Amino acid sequence: MRDGIFLYGHYVSVQIKSMMQYKKSFMLAVMGQFLTSFNTFLGMFFMFQRFSAVGGFTYSQVVLCFGIFLMAFTLAECVARGFDTFSSIVRKGEFDRVMVRPRGLVLQVLGSRFELSRIGRMLQAVVMFIYGMRTSGICWDMPRVMTVVFMVAGGAVLFFGIFLAGAALCFFTLESLEIVNIFTYGAREFGTYPVGVYGKHILRFCTFVVPYGLVQYYPLLFLLGKREEVWRMFAPLLAAVFVVPCYGLWRVGVRRYQSAGS
Amino acid sequence: MIMMNDICKSYHVAKRNAGFKEACRALFCREYETIKALDRVSFTIADGEMVGYIGPNGAGKSSTIKILSGILTPDGGACLVNGRTPWKERVDHVRDIGVVFGQRTQLWWDVPVIDSYDLLKDIYSISKETYKHNLEELTELLDLKELLKTPARQLSLGQRMRCEIGASLLHGPKLLFLDEPTIGLDAVSKLAVREFILRQNEEHGTTVILTTHDMQDIEALTRRIILIGKGRVLMDGSLEDIRRGGGNIDQTVARLYRDYDI
Repeated sequence: MRDGIFLYGHYVSVQIKSMMQYKKSFMLAVMGQFLTSFNTFLGMFFMFQRFSAVGGFTYSQVVLCFGIFLMAFTLAECVARGFDTFSSIVRKGEFDRVMVRPRGLVLQVLGSRFELSRIGRMLQAVVMFIYGMRTSGICWDMPRVMTVVFMVAGGAVLFFGIFLAGAALCFFTLESLEIVNIFTYGAREFGTYPVGVYGKHILRFCTFVVPYGLVQYYPLLFLLGKREEVWRMFAPLLAAVFVVPCYGLWRVGVRRYQSAGS
Repeated sequence: MIMMNDICKSYHVAKRNAGFKEACRALFCREYETIKALDRVSFTIADGEMVGYIGPNGAGKSSTIKILSGILTPDGGACLVNGRTPWKERVDHVRDIGVVFGQRTQLWWDVPVIDSYDLLKDIYSISKETYKHNLEELTELLDLKELLKTPARQLSLGQRMRCEIGASLLHGPKLLFLDEPTIGLDAVSKLAVREFILRQNEEHGTTVILTTHDMQDIEALTRRIILIGKGRVLMDGSLEDIRRGGGNIDQTVARLYRDYDI
């Protein structure tokens, strides 16, 4: 385990060295990343110019929600970029190379891409989080701080699971599937607002199918003091279980790759 | 020691006629054709042997290499490499082998070659002393001293191939697969690569399996030749067996291909 983490660190350092070869491209990517999610923020901002609350959430509360969700997503994307772009890894035959090295496949794919340029978006997420934190009138005690940590970590694991499942599907299609983007990039957009505001059916989907609600809506209510049940604090940890079936799908995909070739 | 016994492998390949209409039709009902890539392939290779594995394009050479290196699972038959079944004990198996795909790189594109080597040291968990010793030896024999500081993308094809071969020997594998190692190289680089492979075999007793279309590679390197066509082993003999036809080796091999109707 320790050896694996050390090796991952080495992979990342090689990635960063590579990125430094293309300084201008890197700066532009950071800026682009910042601007795209700034767009979403603007949409939200203008919305609240007209309405004082959406589904019972004030402007600061939504900013807080978006900030946390975006942090989780960005963290996952930064690390799991190899799975996000997995179809190119398979097509270029890079996966054959991964198979002839004596290490875990997931670790090697994780190490094959690391997107430091997502730091632009991360910065924005942090700024929004700090703004929301200071203006939404939460009294910050230990359970609340823990809740935020769980939300970010649980959300990151959830998105990691989706990226992993999407990559597993590439073994069957060889193409990356546009539909997977609904659950990653699409979710990033619609997760701007607490998913409860979209109605009962969507919330049910976000609880039992792809558990966005568990890392966002339910603990958020606890965070904002709207509800007091303690289980809400730990709901994000439950969402992490989502990664188990995703890993199962990945294993099935690998076995198919071994029997079908590319 | 490599033992292959009655290995079979077939692929499903989608077939359709040319034209847009046909493409649309194929979207709904696709016709598959089963292609036998390998049909009861058997051979045994002893430790320290150098074997040329030849055959026309599409004969099943890559499939064999993929099975031997643990990437592909065959449909039937048994295969043991140093007492292990490659696709069942992938991690332990690949620790002992080195693979060079002539058409693909295993070096990290944007960083100096030595950074790639350092990362490989951690991937294969090579001890510090062994790494230092192997690196020094490879640097001297492959004349890598100046190349190690250059990013892989700035190397010429011949220089890169020397670095690739170095990279796959850092962990001191007992078995080396070379898939068209001299493809596209100029005369000087070809000779350098050949000479190095010969020395590696003599001094370390490394078993080498070489696939190539360059008959001069075969002439220079191997004493034993396995000819494969349409997924079957057609001939397993020495260079002299092939030469018996007399004349130029390329012509002889072309005549063999015609004789076997492959």
